[in-house]
Amino acid sequence: MSLRKRRNGGSPPLEAVAGNGLLDRRALLGRGIMFAGAMGTGVGTSLTGAAAEPLKDDPWSLEMGSVVPAYQVPSRFEKDVIRTRSNPNNEFRNSHARTPHHLLHGTITPNGLHFTISHSGLPDIDPAQHKLVIHGLVKQPLVYTVDSLARYPMVTRMHFVECAGNSAPMFSNEPLQVTCQALHGLSSNAEWTGVLLSTLLEETGIDPKAKWILAEGADSLGLTRSVPVKKALDDAMIALYQNGERIQPGNGYPMRLLLPGYQGNMNVKHVRRLKLLDQPAMTFFESKTYSQILPDGKMWLFHFTMEVKSFITSPSFGHSLQGPGFYEISGIAYSGNGRISKVMVSADGGKSWGQAALQGPVQPKAFTRFRMPWRWDGQPVVLQSRAWDEGGNVQPLRADFVAARGQTDKPVPTPLAFPNQHYNSITSWGIDGKGGIKHVYA
Amino acid sequence: MSTRRSLLVLGVALAFGAGTAAAETPHLGKPITDAEIAGWNIDVLPDGSGLPPGSGTPAQGAKVYAEKCSACHGDKGVNPAAGYVPMIGPTKFDRIDTMKTIPYYKYATTLFDVIRRSMPYPMPRTLTSDEVYAVSAYILSLNKIVGDNDVMNAETLPKVKMPNADNFVIWDPGKI
Repeated sequence: MSLRKRRNGGSPPLEAVAGNGLLDRRALLGRGIMFAGAMGTGVGTSLTGAAAEPLKDDPWSLEMGSVVPAYQVPSRFEKDVIRTRSNPNNEFRNSHARTPHHLLHGTITPNGLHFTISHSGLPDIDPAQHKLVIHGLVKQPLVYTVDSLARYPMVTRMHFVECAGNSAPMFSNEPLQVTCQALHGLSSNAEWTGVLLSTLLEETGIDPKAKWILAEGADSLGLTRSVPVKKALDDAMIALYQNGERIQPGNGYPMRLLLPGYQGNMNVKHVRRLKLLDQPAMTFFESKTYSQILPDGKMWLFHFTMEVKSFITSPSFGHSLQGPGFYEISGIAYSGNGRISKVMVSADGGKSWGQAALQGPVQPKAFTRFRMPWRWDGQPVVLQSRAWDEGGNVQPLRADFVAARGQTDKPVPTPLAFPNQHYNSITSWGIDGKGGIKHVYA
Repeated sequence: MSTRRSLLVLGVALAFGAGTAAAETPHLGKPITDAEIAGWNIDVLPDGSGLPPGSGTPAQGAKVYAEKCSACHGDKGVNPAAGYVPMIGPTKFDRIDTMKTIPYYKYATTLFDVIRRSMPYPMPRTLTSDEVYAVSAYILSLNKIVGDNDVMNAETLPKVKMPNADNFVIWDPGKI
């Protein structure tokens, strides 16, 4: 349609769909046309005015380059695109490494940038020695090796893993001035390949009395979580591969329990034992850390599902806008309930919303990239995104979320703190007239 | 339903050109006995199953705690090292960011299990069962959850009434 218009010499559609310059997402289909259109409005930057230096060869164009490495890493100019760490000296406590969402695009989190939380460092596991035992309320307890599991029928699925404490700084009663990485960096997305747990449980057999599975890691804490058998038989996987290569040490080498859409801590890394039980084990992490205090004085147990969430990664805190004109607003949406069905974007703090384009394929319990064309007129704006999933769940507005889940009495002093868990409300970026970006509540 | 499933299975079998049973899996898991699993099979459940023989008192636990726990968790359970939680903590959870320590737990067995499997942090699984019972008794007594002379063992520990036990709600029973 756009193409035909161009051939006819007509103007492309650049219809505003919401306040402060949000444009119809269908404009993204004919990108070249849209840029022409933006320039035609007179607010785009000029492409012809600058007196450019005559082109000449740069040094790297005049000599043979460096050796091709066996395992490649990003250009040295990308040295700042790294995870931020909470415990770089490996003191006797947990470690967090957060994904730099504001410096990435697409939907796959590169393996070196996938978030890690380790409660006792990274175990140096010899895969030839690692074992996975399945026992308890089964007909026949069995033990598997990495090599034996590698011979099983496998599935490959795209899924996010998100710490239940991701976005926890947003429980603060005042917005912290930090990046997407600091706020939302404990969530990442990868293509996982492994053996469905249901396949292995078919071999062990399940006693009908079994309702829970205790999953235990081979780390020094012997980290354990209780998982409903219902989930194990649904879509749980013993994952061996992450984005095509063996799972990273920080993500569970040589195998992890993958529970799509469930809080990260339950996706037990370095999994070595699964014990079928008639009751939850009430382990340390499910009894304390991942139980949430509610404003009414009650506490949640077993809040497994990571609920529908989205946030704008570009532009966001840490970026600045270089003058009025065309920009593409872009971000990530996901839900532990299934596929993202819709993302709406606002540039006026939620007064009006326009529907964003979703980058396909939209997969269940996986990152979905959304995009929204935007023409900034240089005035202050507040950018927000709000996601819906195929189950009809909607990302709550902040006022509604705070009413239900509360916020702190005082500002949270550090983004490394975890005042509570399962924050999935809206992130707002306030842009001033000079293009500076702050984290705001709106 | 079962007919549709059979058709699906048949379809899969045909797709892979296999004339074999649909549910066939490699069966590469090796049978393992309870005796072989015992070294890892140390979890303790709320009903007390998994608790080992042995016992300990708060007084016995105080000695073990001073030697093996206090460097991180603080002398007598208070003033821990930076980055560690104390062993005496709030008993009222009226703010969403209230620190959660021992009084938060629904079951005393959780305390025993985490000490037994994960502590002391630099040397996990080095305490004897008597020491784990004793340290559990001591920490519970610090929080006035058990008496100073109460003996903890496989009989008494699961019966300890935790002060916050009745305040939990299951987020979505349909997921279980």
